[in-house]
Amino acid sequence: MDKISLMDNASNSVIDTDKPGPPLWLLAELTYRCPLHCAFCFNPIGFDSVKKELDTADWIRTLRQARELGSVQVGFSGGEPMLRPDLEEIVAEARTLGFYTNLLTSGVGLKPKRAKALKEAGLDHVQLSFQDSTKELNDFLSNTKTFELKREVAAMIKDNDWPMVLNCVIHRLNIDYIDKIIDLALELGAETIELANTQFYSWAKLNRDSLLPSLEQIKKAEEVTERYRDKYSDRIRIISVIPDYYEKRPKKCMNGWGNVFLTVTPDGIAVPCHTAKMLPGLEFPNVKDHSISEIWYKSEGFNRYRGKGWMKEPCRSCPEQDDDLGGCRCQAYMLTGDPAGADPVCDKSPHRSVIDDAVAIAQTGGTAEAHPLVFRDPKASQRLSAGKDGADILLPR
Amino acid sequence: MTIETTNIVKVASGLRLQFEEAQDSWVLLYPEGMVKLNQSAAEILQRCDGKRDLADVIALLEKDFEQTGLQEDVMSFIEIAREQKWIKFL
Repeated sequence: MDKISLMDNASNSVIDTDKPGPPLWLLAELTYRCPLHCAFCFNPIGFDSVKKELDTADWIRTLRQARELGSVQVGFSGGEPMLRPDLEEIVAEARTLGFYTNLLTSGVGLKPKRAKALKEAGLDHVQLSFQDSTKELNDFLSNTKTFELKREVAAMIKDNDWPMVLNCVIHRLNIDYIDKIIDLALELGAETIELANTQFYSWAKLNRDSLLPSLEQIKKAEEVTERYRDKYSDRIRIISVIPDYYEKRPKKCMNGWGNVFLTVTPDGIAVPCHTAKMLPGLEFPNVKDHSISEIWYKSEGFNRYRGKGWMKEPCRSCPEQDDDLGGCRCQAYMLTGDPAGADPVCDKSPHRSVIDDAVAIAQTGGTAEAHPLVFRDPKASQRLSAGKDGADILLPR
Repeated sequence: MTIETTNIVKVASGLRLQFEEAQDSWVLLYPEGMVKLNQSAAEILQRCDGKRDLADVIALLEKDFEQTGLQEDVMSFIEIAREQKWIKFL
């Protein structure tokens, strides 16, 4: 961030503005509706209560305002964004405005005709996720139904000359098959595969004890990944980050609160990250009521945890505070009850034991049998959020 | 493969070179990411149009900026651009 000092000659006073840069990355969550039921879904538990989605005009206005501020990457996400019949229209507007347009999809429902229409609308890139939702684990691993679908979508990606990035969420139940996952990516001709370790928010948090891999699993997966990197470096780029629970320092979440990322949820709420709505005592503005400029620069929601002014100890005096900016606010809130505290992943946090406890459970076999996986679906959403808002069940146990 | 001045290159497919007013600079956009280019890199890439060879790119830069001896700098940037998969060879 550039610090600019403005000298006001009239009053001879010095005004310091510490203005943040533009929201370079806009994540447009077009819908929470989804044909899949992934147990690691990052949509809010209470997603089913969101019935009224932004309409086409709302999205187009949002894109224009964000672009004016300097947004340049837009991700169309969900839910499954292809469930929006106006996706082509929204993509076309984004592309005309000069955005680099990314579609984040499971590929379910993508047919050659729609792919062609999206290409004509100017879509720049399709990120195809494996919808291995653990219900379909066998299918996925035996490369039957899933493989057929992915093969068809991969062919469409190639036909339309899009870069192919595959994304697979990695967890305890599939991490031992990481070689098969990379093999599949190679076979499909992907240029990049992201092995995205599960982040424990929302549904994944509910299922954490069944999804967090053991240290042994992680070490083995790292060895396999390294072997593939050496062998296929000219064919595929493998991106892999170990779960933060196994780190001693937290991640620099979203590259800093309100620093580059702006997410707009299906109902129009603007948030610094897709899970920030869970934080207590913080109002987030809606794009139907406020401009993106007001939201980004002036709203309390975006300013509260910006920079370092909000920090408490141990972060406030920590020499490493610029490296991670205290980690993730949502994780601090979920696991310690204090959204302004240090992310408990940090071993300087007085609450590190909550992470160590979860890690200890993962070493002794997890709890998949005692607590069956909760799959994301509308019924579970209603059941879990009945009588309280969806965020409540994310309170520390 | 050694890069020769007879090679013809252009920005790789799926990537886009674009001027961003908000950042007051040229950027290279790729899936879910962006690299902010310094002026030299931007001037070189803008001239790699998939038609002229690198010798012509160098000559054009030398003419436009009234300089000589740019070959080494251009070729070392092209090497980096290849490693980063920013460009493709035609």
